[in-house]
Amino acid sequence: MTNLIEIRGVTHAYRTKTGPLQVLDDLTISVPEGEFCAVVGPSGCGKSTLTRLVAGLMKPDTGAVWLHGERVTSPRKTVGMAFQNPVMLEWRTILENVMLPLEIVAPRMPRADREARALHLLEMVGLMGFEGKRPSQLSGGMRQRASLCRAIVHKPDVLIMDEPFGALDAFTREDLWQTMRDLRAAEPFTCVLITHDLRESVFLGDQVIVLSGRPARLQYVLNVDLPADRSIDVLFTPEATDMLHLLRDQIRIAQGREAH
Amino acid sequence: MSRTQQILVPFAAILAFLGLWEIIVWVNGWPNYKMASPSDLGPAFWKYRAMFLEMGWQTLWRTVAGLALAVAFGTFLGMLMGFSALARAALYPLLVGFNAIPKATLVPVIALLFIGQHDFNTVLMAFLISFFPIAVSVGIGLSTLEPEYRDILRALGASRLTIFRKIALPKTLPEFFGALKVSVTLAFIGTNLVEIVSPHGRGLGALFKSGETNGDYPLMFGVLIALAFLGIVLYYGVVVLERVFAGWAERPQH
Ligand SMILES: Nc1ncnc2c1ncn2[C@@H]1O[C@H](COP(=O)(O)OP(=O)(O)OP(=O)(O)O)[C@@H](O)[C@H]1O
Ligand SMILES: [Mg+2]
Repeated sequence: MTNLIEIRGVTHAYRTKTGPLQVLDDLTISVPEGEFCAVVGPSGCGKSTLTRLVAGLMKPDTGAVWLHGERVTSPRKTVGMAFQNPVMLEWRTILENVMLPLEIVAPRMPRADREARALHLLEMVGLMGFEGKRPSQLSGGMRQRASLCRAIVHKPDVLIMDEPFGALDAFTREDLWQTMRDLRAAEPFTCVLITHDLRESVFLGDQVIVLSGRPARLQYVLNVDLPADRSIDVLFTPEATDMLHLLRDQIRIAQGREAH
Repeated sequence: MSRTQQILVPFAAILAFLGLWEIIVWVNGWPNYKMASPSDLGPAFWKYRAMFLEMGWQTLWRTVAGLALAVAFGTFLGMLMGFSALARAALYPLLVGFNAIPKATLVPVIALLFIGQHDFNTVLMAFLISFFPIAVSVGIGLSTLEPEYRDILRALGASRLTIFRKIALPKTLPEFFGALKVSVTLAFIGTNLVEIVSPHGRGLGALFKSGETNGDYPLMFGVLIALAFLGIVLYYGVVVLERVFAGWAERPQH
């Protein structure tokens, strides 16, 4: 199987008033096609920077990101993004929000087809009947569901998510993990998910990447050997618990504290 | 408030205001040449009805024309300042300085530059006095757009123009209309300023001036009322536009 996302030797620094701020240091990560890569690491280590590089919103100082064997130099239509903030456009209905990427990616697609596509996704995430509502009329979790639909409405082959469930309560979050799992089963995509939640990374990830504190280096790669069709209960199995312990220790090391 | 209340309450307030005015004039026994009372205004309006319509229209179209120019130019400046930090650094002090100049001082300058061009001068003043709030609000609206809003489209390779059209522009509309409410009032003041000050002017300002020259106090007060009325019409015109184009920004009340 080929690697869909190749991050090779990526180093990046921000230019700030007090001189360059080294954020990523010689980072190499590969994600095979269809795999789900969860990335964890201390706050401020450079995870969001990594997503912006993969999306082509920024260019790394050295090294390169490759998608499908093509070097990323600018944004591309085959990428979908979701953020912690659902970023709903308040002047559009939920349906119109979800259709937004199609207006850019497939401007010639008939409106009826766009609507059908968006409605199909809204149904899958349990938002049927809310398509005509304004974002302000929805709860935070519902808005985030709509934001997920928008991220994949144009069938991207890479989905990049930066702490999409970070602001939600624990139950809503678990709900959305399962939604995510079902979406992935229905329409496969390769995914990079940034998260602070280790349980989330184990539940959703095929591999979990632990980044060190800033500047972020690759510290640890965990292959999650759990069945693809997981239920939340899987998190209570001894295998999952062991993985969570291991990740916990790795995070402690990343934060510069002793593991014990 | 119910719908009928929303309409009736302002009317009742206006009637109460006129009643109070009438009473004060009556109690003090002021003659007409000192202070006109509302009951004098009806006859004044009737006597000069053709003038009021003609002059009111003059004032109205010049104000709207000046405001339209202000919207176009202010939005353009705002876009420059919103998208380029360089343009912002260059333009901001100039704009603030220009805005600080009392516009009355510009009247003779303009009058000398464009002698006799009454329509042009009036529209120009309405424009000059009212573009500043629009430029500032559009500039701030665009420069404070959260990066994520830009990124959801930029990540798909959308052009800057598309991002402006689909995200930045609609998102700044509430601020834009907030500024437009200030600007419409300013433009109205600008129009009247020129109309009053210019010799051989036209419009409600000139009508006021002629009332003053002839000692016709009911006419002068009639003009003031007409001005207030026109001001209300213009302001609520903007409010209606705001409802139509930025109504989504109104959160449901709890
Ligand atoms: N545009 C920028 N200019 C300068 N410094 C920046 C910029 N963006 C981020 N940084 C800095 O780079 C570092 C990494 O930022 P980044 O947002 O990638 O971290 P993160 O891992 O996503 O953090 P968090 O987990 O809190 O979201 C931070 O120290 C931040 O202050
Ligand atoms: Mg981040």
